[in-house]
Amino acid sequence: MLDALPILPQQLVFGLALGAVYGLIALGYTMVYGVLLMINFAHGELFTIGAYVGWAVLVWLINAQLGGLHPAWVLPVLLLMAMSASGILGMTLERFAYRPLYMRGATRLGPLISAVGASIFLQNAVMLTQGARMKVYMTSLLFPRTWYLQIGGVRISALVLVMVSVALLLMWGLSLLVQRTALGRCMRAVAEDREVAAVMGVNVRRVISRTFLLGSALGGAAGVLVGLYYTQIDFFMGYSAGLKAFTAAVLGGIGNIKGAMLGGLMLGVIESLAVTFINPAYRDVVAFVVLILVLVFRPTGLLGETVPQANKV
Amino acid sequence: MLRLDNVAASYGPIEVLRQVSLEVQRGEIVCLLGGNAAGKSTTLKTVLGMLRPSGGSVVLDDQRIDRLPTEDIVRRGIALVPESRRIFARMTVWENLAMGAYSRRGAPATDFAEDLERVYTLFPRLGERATQHGGTLSGGEQQMLAIGRALMARPRLLLMDEPSMGLAPVLVEQVFEIIQTINRQGTTILVVEQNAAVALAIAHRGYVLQDGRIVMQGAAAALLDEDHIRRAYLGED
Repeated sequence: MLDALPILPQQLVFGLALGAVYGLIALGYTMVYGVLLMINFAHGELFTIGAYVGWAVLVWLINAQLGGLHPAWVLPVLLLMAMSASGILGMTLERFAYRPLYMRGATRLGPLISAVGASIFLQNAVMLTQGARMKVYMTSLLFPRTWYLQIGGVRISALVLVMVSVALLLMWGLSLLVQRTALGRCMRAVAEDREVAAVMGVNVRRVISRTFLLGSALGGAAGVLVGLYYTQIDFFMGYSAGLKAFTAAVLGGIGNIKGAMLGGLMLGVIESLAVTFINPAYRDVVAFVVLILVLVFRPTGLLGETVPQANKV
Repeated sequence: MLRLDNVAASYGPIEVLRQVSLEVQRGEIVCLLGGNAAGKSTTLKTVLGMLRPSGGSVVLDDQRIDRLPTEDIVRRGIALVPESRRIFARMTVWENLAMGAYSRRGAPATDFAEDLERVYTLFPRLGERATQHGGTLSGGEQQMLAIGRALMARPRLLLMDEPSMGLAPVLVEQVFEIIQTINRQGTTILVVEQNAAVALAIAHRGYVLQDGRIVMQGAAAALLDEDHIRRAYLGED
């Protein structure tokens, strides 16, 4: 087991990079849970669709010889397109698949089941339109393998650096929005007490819709990052990524935005430790072991707080 | 200013308001009394559009508001101090007050500063604790915050649901003094209370609600004199 020690620092770098992306996806789960107390099981598919949109735009750009675009602008363009597509799709899902249920006072189970349905629908829609075979991200054109930083025995590629920076930048932007803007205050108010928020004049439906837009857009950005990192995407990629990000959100404390980021980073590191010291084949098992342990021993997660529910007469 | 005509409302199959008619005139403090489950809070919810009446009408300044969404009703100048305060515990005092002003977004920033100043003058404790989370305040301070939050909307009509609930007698007295101050500064007030004695002491007029019907009404002084009837209707408080 100790023979693996020398490669640990390198594995930790990979773990942190993936963890930052898990955190990005986890934000979508946790934000939606915050305002609606539901798990958007279709969030993994919004991530998949982000990856496909990024891939399509990249292919198009390469075929057009970048259309005069400076190479440094390629990634921002991919992210922007993927985020718009996933964001708008997430908003649409909320409008047509969830709102009709929660507005009519269906039980909390209603939208949840609808989300599972939406997930299956989107997954199959991607498969039918894009085929079941995987697509390849031409990552090396953007980030040549020769671009890296060598620190002792640890090699940090330009791609990993950019990936982590983008993920952290987006998280930072979101925290700023949630903490400092009127929309952020409204989101927190709706999460804490929807009825009273409405009495303050908040249009609750619009705030919920915007929350879906933001959370789904972050998922779309994560799709592009994962596509670039693994270089291969398929219609099923959102399933395991979604479950891992969900685990990260639960680990950090579902509904808690800082928790989602922390949970993501921790899960990435835990995964890389397992890969290093146990067996790479267990990579995907780890997330679920963590999920079960958290649910059994600390269901509120690391940063989850047990705020007494306001009595809702 | 506000008039309810034969308002009926129910939660599913349970009829809570049968025939509620009442009126609040500009500048008044009106109290709505009644025991548990008499329909007091439901009346306020109906005014705010949080519950749609199944019959009758709610009229504000000669315009029906009973079909409007809550956020529109609030924008017309009604604010609520909810039962058991329901401040945003995970938001700071300042953020709570900012939420209170949300219905007036788009108003000049100087208005917000002015309103904030007014609330901090009325409740100096809130100014001292502006950056503290609402959940860390004491019960009395939370009630101050709930009132301050409602005032940030510059309401013409302030609805208050059981402002005395869960407060020590000294604080109850303070809260009701503040209600009088706010009223003197020009805000009309409709206050729902179980604590009839303290509410009638500051109100101009009162209504007694029982089983979803108004069973008594009149000048506050007259209702106070109806001591035996008050006990019969309200029980010990």
